[in-house]
Amino acid sequence: MPTTHVLILSAALFSIGVLGVMLRRNVIVIFMSIELMLNAVNLSFVGFAREMDSMTGVIFIFFIIVVAAAEAVVGLSIILSIYRNRQTLNVDEYNLLKW
Amino acid sequence: MLLTFYILGTVSVLSALGVLVCRSPVYSAMSLVCSFFCLGGIYILMNVEFVAVIQILVYAGAILVLFLFVIMLLNIVPTGESVRFNLPVLIAFGIAVGLFAQISGLFLGDIQFGPKDVYTAEAISEEGSIGLIGRLLYGEFVLPFEAISILLLVAVIGAVIIGKRRLN
Repeated sequence: MPTTHVLILSAALFSIGVLGVMLRRNVIVIFMSIELMLNAVNLSFVGFAREMDSMTGVIFIFFIIVVAAAEAVVGLSIILSIYRNRQTLNVDEYNLLKW
Repeated sequence: MLLTFYILGTVSVLSALGVLVCRSPVYSAMSLVCSFFCLGGIYILMNVEFVAVIQILVYAGAILVLFLFVIMLLNIVPTGESVRFNLPVLIAFGIAVGLFAQISGLFLGDIQFGPKDVYTAEAISEEGSIGLIGRLLYGEFVLPFEAISILLLVAVIGAVIIGKRRLN
């Protein structure tokens, strides 16, 4: 398969992730959109690594997946503790840090 | 093989859109699992089996189960959050389409790849991709590997501390 098509697929997935972050108000769905964007970047890493006969891209995916797992754990525990205090998942009502 | 790639790509894009469209977060999570499985299939087609395996084990297996656990713990009822086509939503669509056009225009243009590395498809199949990744991970990339393990430890401790109700 051509590398360009892989890269365009990853661009489409990334744009869908960005759209999800802007469109949805449920904080868990926003978090899922962030995971989607990380996956799109992984796909483009594989595409570039295959094009350049390199193995570094694959190693980087390993690191990205570890960071994504750490981010999911910390983010979801933050969501849990915010939900305990505010009893809502709507990001529009999380305004404690707003000035 | 090309046809399989197109089918998997289309299904992954459609199920990614399903994440946005579904009202209930549980359905969104299931849609995301479908998208991740399709991406795993694409990785197998591109001869990076290691990435496909950790994609399915870590993403579809661990992270999504974590999402479902949190949704279950919070006991969420679908809020009936509906998307109306008012001005901010249209601006969001415009930004997303513009971003897609910009990135794919960049990719469709003349990309200047640097000098090629030595790991061609034949070289990878000779040693096996997993053995090669292991050798690189413990050789050339051993310092980032140690750093990432410390990051993982910090994340685990941080999650426990944030998750506790009261700190004494």
